[in-house]
Amino acid sequence: MPAIECNNVSIRYKTGDLQQIGLKDFVIKKLTHTYHVEEFWADRDITFSVERGDMLGIVGTNGAGKSTLLKAITGIMVPTRGSVRSEGKVAALLELASGFDNELTVRENTFLRGALLGYTREFMHKKYDDIIAFAELEDFQDYMFKQLSSGMKSRLAFSIACLVEPDILILDEVLSVGDEAFKEKSARRIKGILANGVTGILVSHSVQQVRELCNKCLWLDHGRQVAFGPADVVCNAYSAFLFTPKEQRRLPADEAELTDVSNRFRVAWRIGVKERAHPEDFPYFIDKNETETARIQRLMNIVDRLSPEERQQIEDEIDGVDRNAPPEDTGEITAAQVMADVAIEAEYDEDAD
Amino acid sequence: MIKKLESYKFLFSELVKRDFKKKYKRTVLGMLWSIISPLLNVLVLLMIFKNIFGNNRPHFIIYIFSGTLVMSFYTECTQGCMRSLMANAPIFTKINVPKSLFLISKSVQAYINFGLTLLVYFVFCLCDGLTFGLHTLSLIYPIVMLLLFNIGVGLTLSALFVFFRDIEYLYSIFLLLLNYISAIFYPVDIVPEQYQRLFYLNPVYVFIKYFRIVMIEGYAPSLTIHLIILFDTVLILLIGFFIYKKFNHEFLYYV
Repeated sequence: MPAIECNNVSIRYKTGDLQQIGLKDFVIKKLTHTYHVEEFWADRDITFSVERGDMLGIVGTNGAGKSTLLKAITGIMVPTRGSVRSEGKVAALLELASGFDNELTVRENTFLRGALLGYTREFMHKKYDDIIAFAELEDFQDYMFKQLSSGMKSRLAFSIACLVEPDILILDEVLSVGDEAFKEKSARRIKGILANGVTGILVSHSVQQVRELCNKCLWLDHGRQVAFGPADVVCNAYSAFLFTPKEQRRLPADEAELTDVSNRFRVAWRIGVKERAHPEDFPYFIDKNETETARIQRLMNIVDRLSPEERQQIEDEIDGVDRNAPPEDTGEITAAQVMADVAIEAEYDEDAD
Repeated sequence: MIKKLESYKFLFSELVKRDFKKKYKRTVLGMLWSIISPLLNVLVLLMIFKNIFGNNRPHFIIYIFSGTLVMSFYTECTQGCMRSLMANAPIFTKINVPKSLFLISKSVQAYINFGLTLLVYFVFCLCDGLTFGLHTLSLIYPIVMLLLFNIGVGLTLSALFVFFRDIEYLYSIFLLLLNYISAIFYPVDIVPEQYQRLFYLNPVYVFIKYFRIVMIEGYAPSLTIHLIILFDTVLILLIGFFIYKKFNHEFLYYV
């Protein structure tokens, strides 16, 4: 029995006249038959299932329908078509800091939020001190919520939400909360929860994070399901997609193409790491001002020119390496990864515009 | 729904607490205002209308108080309910909680206020030489039904308010009108005899009437009045539930 099952989930948003107009315009528009509702499918025919203990990553550019899908899974929204089924208690951390009451104190907000998340009073009394300690807000308990800095707000929200021992944990961009020290602390807390066999869903713009934490991955694009499968395969294909200049991008049409793109990206990435570690072996294309996208493109092109044997050779080399254990040229990988993440962030900002 | 409420008991009490805290935030007198403001309201009406309508009318102050007691609860509760969905939109778009809880907690907060005012009302009745007896117990009926009636109106209004913010302005005008047609500060007999029955079409008036019969005239009202109240309450609750049920999942798109 899967822990979460989505069957052909489609979610339609309504936009158009209905949000802006008041009663008068509504009546006029109805009478003149110009009332106009636009439909917008945030998600279309999403089908996947995850088993207990799985960690699912959801990736996709802005507006892909990730957050909407999460809302359907948590039950905030009812899918327009299809069905969502989930087993057990769901704890969702969506856009953490919103929904607090600015006029109440930190203490009051903590209890209110705890109540909203379905904890009991006894549980909250028992855990209150832990929550405040984890959020590092001991000195601010009686401050008005609006007096907190935005980092503090997110920290508090994270601390309350992460106290649960849920069956399903849903995280929407929450691992980027607070300063570096808190980020590390929260990542550890999440890993701790996940280690107890909890089923998780993580939405993240950092592909690296998905690779690290997830075993399955769902890739959405403009509401459509591009791929669902093992995290490394999907993440590779998605990274390859991100590193392609916008006008040349195309989504993999089927499983075979997905696997192919994923493999090519893997090999390209591997060459890239080598290239950085041993620039003396690659004298002809060191260009300090090369962008990450251009670099990946160049490497992908190299991979395309390789003979199957050469490719196999590099593949074997990769398979011999534990992906999570740092290989010998650690420093370089990290730098490359950081650069990759920066590039993705930039991509994400560009999309937002 | 009762079962649902049971499982959300903690949340419910936190919400009521929140509504109270926010209502009396930065006031020196705090909850005392629940008692003072209806009193002032009664006194103002008394000062103005005593000489016009009340000269030869016994217990005119209780007559007015019965009106403002019901009317102020009705106003506070329905207006609060109307805004409760919009006010809590940031919460229910992020966390999966039954939206009706916000509405009911608001009603309960207004209900507690009403309870305080009711105590003052009884004290006034005593001071005015009115007696309490077994018939006073029949007041439990309108006190319970009024809450249900208000929730029904609140359900309807809150749903409409999500779709059309105009409702807020229209409703405040409606409330003003209701204030005048509910015979709060004037006796019904200033209206020609043949029109006096029309008052019974106004549910708020029927509730007021009930209080007046019990406290001033000193007996339990007729079955007819009970039935009118029952009919009004059930009808408005059904309408409220129907509208709410129908649009429950649509709210997200409009907030």
